[in-house]
Amino acid sequence: MTRDEAFLQFLLRMGDNTLILGHRVSEWCGHAPVLEEDIALANTALDLIGQTQMWLSLAGEIDGGKSADDLAFLRDAWDFRNVLLVEVPNGDFGRTLMRQFLFDAWHSIMLGRLMTSSDERVAAIAAKASKEVTYHLERSSDTVVGLGDGTEESHARMQEALDYLWPYVGEMFVSDDVDAEMVAAGIASNPSDLREEYDALVGRVLAEATLTTPESRFAHKGGRDGRMHTEHLGHLLTQMQWLQRAYPGATW
Amino acid sequence: MYAQMIKTAGTGVKSREEMSEQERAFQDKIDADIKIEPKDWMPDDYRATLIRQIGQHAHSEIVGQLPEGNWITRAPTLERKAILLAKVQDEAGHGLYLYCAAETLGVSRDEITEMLLDGRMKYSSIFNYPTLNWADIGAVGWLVDGAAIMNQVPLQRTSFGPYSRAMIRICKEESFHQRQGYDAIRKMAEGTPEQRKMAQDAMNRFWYPSLMMFGPSDKESVHSAQSMAWKIKINTNDELRQKFVDQTVPQAEYLGLTIPDPDLKWNEERGHYDFSEPDWSEFFDVIKGNGPCNVDRLAARNKAWDDGKWVRDGLLAHARKKRGAKVAAE
Ligand SMILES: [Fe+2]
Ligand SMILES: [Fe+2]
Ligand SMILES: [Fe+2]
Repeated sequence: MTRDEAFLQFLLRMGDNTLILGHRVSEWCGHAPVLEEDIALANTALDLIGQTQMWLSLAGEIDGGKSADDLAFLRDAWDFRNVLLVEVPNGDFGRTLMRQFLFDAWHSIMLGRLMTSSDERVAAIAAKASKEVTYHLERSSDTVVGLGDGTEESHARMQEALDYLWPYVGEMFVSDDVDAEMVAAGIASNPSDLREEYDALVGRVLAEATLTTPESRFAHKGGRDGRMHTEHLGHLLTQMQWLQRAYPGATW
Repeated sequence: MYAQMIKTAGTGVKSREEMSEQERAFQDKIDADIKIEPKDWMPDDYRATLIRQIGQHAHSEIVGQLPEGNWITRAPTLERKAILLAKVQDEAGHGLYLYCAAETLGVSRDEITEMLLDGRMKYSSIFNYPTLNWADIGAVGWLVDGAAIMNQVPLQRTSFGPYSRAMIRICKEESFHQRQGYDAIRKMAEGTPEQRKMAQDAMNRFWYPSLMMFGPSDKESVHSAQSMAWKIKINTNDELRQKFVDQTVPQAEYLGLTIPDPDLKWNEERGHYDFSEPDWSEFFDVIKGNGPCNVDRLAARNKAWDDGKWVRDGLLAHARKKRGAKVAAE
């Protein structure tokens, strides 16, 4: 694998995570439990789509001058490099917020490291995204704590969400050849190096939420390297890509 | 506009002789363009009418998220998706400002939300129409927000302080809404034959419902006269509708879209366009609950509210625990 090939994979992983999660969160529009949450979810989705534009534009440059839209709307499922966590369906509000929290925690740590990337473009995107994600994490942590330590029902639902999502956490910390190449180039840290900080952060919040962190370290994998996505991704793409696929070449 | 057919409370405009001293002082303030603030004395009918009007406006912002939200996951580019998300987020924010304004009149957000959900309060008829192709999103911004602005701009000068201030904040954002809508539909009107077809299709379906947004003619209504005396209504429905048509026709011409009204023509003498009235029987059907989407819209809002109960309860319980712990520690 050349450095450029690895760099492209890295950028797709960053951009596809934000694209797919942004899409999922945007599905809530108009259906949230309270107005403030409708606003907050739309805001989160908006930030994530904005970050997608930055990551995928850079990826497109590396990939022979494609646009971010080409990459978002004209690739098939096997070309996507997001972790499985972000493509699982929203479920109830509890699952959506738990997923957001589990992702935000990783995202904030990752972006913090990327701010000192040897690649200035990566560092610049990370600096901008990091500000937004700090706020996402603050909000999702507060909500996880509020609902975990709320009523009996909200506690039970949050524990159920955590149990369901936990097996999707491990994939964010798996390191492979792409990561090794990025580490060698000083572009990004090794994902496995983030785990300790992540466990400490997540452990603190979940404890405050009176939730039990599952013991199993089993991890579903296959999104980051595109080997095997969930069945859900194809449906998401069907909706997201429909206009671009149905009317090829049109500008919008 | 988002407040339609608001029933003005009371029996119509009173003469100065019929007014009590308090009422006279109140009307004098309004006539002198002094804002009425929540703590000031106000006639019960003024308060009741404002609650209806602000509440219906707020509900419209909230329900209005649904037809636009219908396309967020299918937006054709990242840029369009971001713009639409930002717009719908604004609309939810407008709902929030307006519920806060209503709260200053002594009605809680939960109370009037319940009234929306069980059908006692209405929202604008326009949101009971479906968004069927991507050009509808352009049409909603251009025509629907455009019609809303016609009403909201004068309402910045309305007599009730919190309502007026909410309108000032809202109007700042509305012009962006209309521009992005026009830009989206322009792209399609200038695009492929299929895109042009979508744009015209959107125009065909949204034209008359947009005209209905202003409500039936009220130039002879005693209720409107009272609302105008109170400065919670600034123009008649017909004035606003005419203004909207006059503004929109040249824009449609520029886009090369045909307005679905064969009788539409410039009237040199009046200095305005002549146009056909919408089908008011359709309007009353929609108001009664028989529009194409009434049932779905209300069901979606009810489901969101019911499904969200455990979340609201959970967050409230947590806030109480925290407060309890703080008190215990002190
Ligand atoms: Fe609005
Ligand atoms: Fe609006
Ligand atoms: Fe608007």
